[in-house]
Parts: sequence; structure tokens; C-alpha cells
Amino acid sequence: MQVFIRGAGVAGLTLAHELTVRGASVTVADIRTAIAGNASWLAGGMLAPWCERESAEEAVLTLGRAAADWWDGALPGHVVRNGTLMVAPARDAAELSRFAARTGGFQWLEGTQVAELEPDLAGRFRQALFFAGEAHLDPRVALLALYDRLEAAGVRFASGRQAADVLERDGNWDIVADCTGMASRQAGLRGVRGEMLILHAPDVTLSRPVRLLHPRFPVYVVPRADHHFMVGATMIESEDRGPVTARSMMELLNAAYSLHPAFGEARIVETGVGIRPAYADNLPRMRRDGRRLTINGLYRHGFLLAPAMARQAAATILRDRLEVLHETHR
Amino acid sequence: MLTLYGKDYSSRLLLGTAQYPSPTIMAEAVAAAGPAMVTVSLRRETAGGKTGGEFWSLINGLGVDVLPNTAGCHTAKEAVTTAQMAREIFATNRIKLEVIGNPDTLQPDVFGLVEAAEILAADGFEVFPYTTEDLVVAERLLDAGCRVLMPWCAPIGSARGPLSIDALRSLRGYFPDTPLIVDAGIGRPSHAAIVMELGFDAVLLNTAVAKAGDPVKMAAAFADAVRAGHSAFEAGMLEPRDMAVPSTPVFGKAVFS
Repeated sequence: MQVFIRGAGVAGLTLAHELTVRGASVTVADIRTAIAGNASWLAGGMLAPWCERESAEEAVLTLGRAAADWWDGALPGHVVRNGTLMVAPARDAAELSRFAARTGGFQWLEGTQVAELEPDLAGRFRQALFFAGEAHLDPRVALLALYDRLEAAGVRFASGRQAADVLERDGNWDIVADCTGMASRQAGLRGVRGEMLILHAPDVTLSRPVRLLHPRFPVYVVPRADHHFMVGATMIESEDRGPVTARSMMELLNAAYSLHPAFGEARIVETGVGIRPAYADNLPRMRRDGRRLTINGLYRHGFLLAPAMARQAAATILRDRLEVLHETHR
Repeated sequence: MLTLYGKDYSSRLLLGTAQYPSPTIMAEAVAAAGPAMVTVSLRRETAGGKTGGEFWSLINGLGVDVLPNTAGCHTAKEAVTTAQMAREIFATNRIKLEVIGNPDTLQPDVFGLVEAAEILAADGFEVFPYTTEDLVVAERLLDAGCRVLMPWCAPIGSARGPLSIDALRSLRGYFPDTPLIVDAGIGRPSHAAIVMELGFDAVLLNTAVAKAGDPVKMAAAFADAVRAGHSAFEAGMLEPRDMAVPSTPVFGKAVFS
């Protein structure tokens, strides 16, 4: 079984992993020369199906529940299972109840319990929702680790558009999988712009993603190594890839600052803009048409839903393979 | 029949297109509400100008008149530029004019609003100004060339419903012939019914539907409430009385103590 995958983002790499462990021979090509720069590189890395369920379909919860286990299995030691903390400024406390009414998997915390979980937030929030079953990872570290692991397992990688085209044309592929996100230019796919910041705040320590509910711009702060924090992310119906706007930057910084004033002293290490590929219902699709397969539309749920999509895709690919074997041996 | 800038509409509900869980749910909510128009935010939904392509084609594909808005604009100049961009993108002269004066309450800057309305009306726009319930501002907007007024009933997204019934009532009384649309602050269908019972011509809402547990069902509920409130207004309602008034005459009853 020879599989050619276009796109080395989270969709392509998770598919490569699922196929490799099933014994397929996989080649991955990306138009980029570095793994950085795709939408996955800018992800929050939250494995938070219950938090997402508030505004997403049930399928996001169903498909996303096993994500933390998948990543733990594929990359042992990379998943942090500390849950998610959801807080709201005092004047927006009603937002927490509204949020709670729309999902599950949480418990209500009092201010003292918030302080036990996150000492730096002591005295700042009277109430919070705690989603104990959720997890997070550093998407960049995870992508690079997965890349290394795949390479060690014999997956071949190629980069550059020309190399990808030549490989696709000349190879003897049983399956050609398109995992290129927005670059696939598929009909019905739209881009949703997301802007994010990476802050270095030596005075702040957090052990888990903290989401700040606010009626106008919900925002999350995800801890990364060495007091770095990813703050994201805007959701704008636009495919514009231009730099972060002043408005978005102010909103993200305001939110971080209202979470903890020490973010006022943080350094802005990086700003990022990515375009999330999404279908009209904001749910991902795996499509198979003969030897061509696509996984796309992961929207804001790349790390959460890519494993389930990759599993489905690998299952259809290798089930067919088994059927073919049965036929030839009959 | 609701007439706005010479065009007739059978629905008295205008629906916003932001903040839904997905465009599919937004489209289903629009279908359930059957609104006269849908509003779309140009500035907030598009970081770089003309780049919302796919989302805008979804909006255009709804088969409902589009009312672009200038949400997020804080000066008359910004609002005018955004309106001109909207005219190009959506091929319409209609513009919901928002000039925000306070970033926290999103209260309109009525001075900038009048200034922008004048410029846009002179430029051939059909201006739908988002304003407060202030009577004098309303007069200035009409002088500026607006033929529709859109007062808030509470701050945007606050879901508090009509806070100042008397002010809304007096606005209706002063401008019997101008279409008045309550824009912003509606939280539940009963709020919509109340302002329609006051004789307002239509209601514009977004968050109350988009952020509902089931936006599609809520869209239908609002459509019902708007129809009910308007029919009640047309039918003529009883005024509240201090004393009980029995619906069956007591005079002539066998026993009357």
C-alpha cells in the first residue's frame, strides 16, 4: 500500500501516523520548505472538546473526546492533562452560567478552589468552571516530534510545490490524500482568519489553559514552556493573511491583562495570523473518491479532531485493501 | 406592509448574521425567521477589506436583502469609508450606520452619526441609523436625510429588553410616519412583542438568536413574537385599569351581594 499525502499540517501528519502504524508506505509532501507556517503551527493546542461544545455541534465532542489519548499514545509525554479553567470578569459572571448551560464535563469552583489550581489567579475570580477531563499540548513541539517519529518509521518527506507535483505524477500511488487545508481550493471551503500572540511573561505561571469569557471576545491563554503563553484567537470571516490588526491585538492583550495584570509587563514575542479551513457547518469532512482522499475543514479544531479524521481515513483505506486481498485470494 | 426607502417587505424582522455557531446554522435561522433583511458587518468580519469572499457569497446566497453595517466604526470618517466599501461589495445603497461613541457600552456617538448620515445621504445612500431614543437626535437624523430611524432599546447584546418604554412611546408619537425599527438590546421574544405592541415598525436583532441554545428555533420564536406584537398593535389593545372589570356583566344577576 503506497500512500501519497499532500500537506504536512496536523491533518497530514496524523494521517501519516495512522497509516504507518497500519503498515502502509507513506510519502508526505508540503509546498512549504519548513514545517512552520501552516495553520497548525499557530494552533492553541487545546484538547478541549467540552469547552468547544458550547458553540460547536455534538460531533466535535464525540470525535474529540479521544484526542488526548491519541496524542498521548502517538507522542508519550507531550500531553498535559490538567484540564481547562474557565473564568469571567465579575461583571460578566452571568456569562459563565450561560456557558455552563450549553455544555457538560465541568464542575463549578469557588474562588478558593481556583487559587488552589492556579495560585497566580488567587483572589481574582470568585467563580470558575473547571473542565477536569481536558488537556493541552504545545502544537509546535508536537508537530516536530510527530515529524521525527514518522521519519524514523520510514515515512519520506518532500517539500516544495514542484517536488510535490512531480512525486504525485510519477509515483505509483494506491491513494493520494489531500490534507492541504485552504490551499486545496475546494468548493464550499471558506477561510476564517485567526490572530494570535505569543507572550513571554516571567511573572506569570499557569498550569493549564485558562479561558476568559467575555460577551464580545472570548479568549484563551495557553501556557507553553518557560513562561511563554499563547493568547488567541480571533475569529474573522476573512481570508486575509495580512498582519494582525491593532484592534485584534488590543482585544487579545486586554483580555490577557484582565486575566492577570502581570501580563502588562509581558514581552510580545510573536504575532501570528492563520486562515482556518472550514465548511459551512464548521465540521470536518473526510471524502474518498476512488484513489483520491481528502481531509479538510478542521476549522478551529485541528489538534482536537485530526486524530479521529485520520483514523476514519486510515480505516477506509485499509478496509478496501483487505477487501481487495480477499478477492484476489478467493 | 413595511415600507423602507420605497421598498415593501412582508416581514417586520431584521436579522444579523454574526456570532452563529456556523454559517449553516445561520442560514437555517434566516430561513426560519424569514426576515425582511439580513445585516452583515463589514468591518468586524473582514480584516482586510474585500477578503470575506466565501462568507459574503453565503450571505448573498440567502435570497434576502442585505443591509451592510458599519459596526465597529468610531468616527464619522471611518463609517463613511466603510459604507462606500459596502456599497461596492454588496451592490446596494442601503447602509446601517453605526458610529460607536463608547467602546464599553457601544453607545452610539450621536454627533458623529448625524455627521456621517448627512454625508452618506447626500451621496445617495439609504441610511438606517443606529441611534439612541433621543428625540432631538432623531430630528437631526431626519434633517440629514434619513427616512428610517433605528433607536436602541438597551445596549447592544445586553439582552435587557426595552429599558425606557416612555421614551420609545414618545418617539413613536413624535414620528408617526417615519419607519421606526428597534435595533439592539432585545433579549427575548417577549421584548420584541412589547416594542411591536408600542407600534414600532420592525425589530432588528442578532445576538438573541445567534447565541441561543437553538438559534433556528429561536429565530422562529422571534418571527412569531414580532407578528403577534404587530397584530396586537393593529388590533388595538385594552389600556390597563386600576380596578377589576368583569367580562360578564353583573347587572341583572339573580344574586348580587
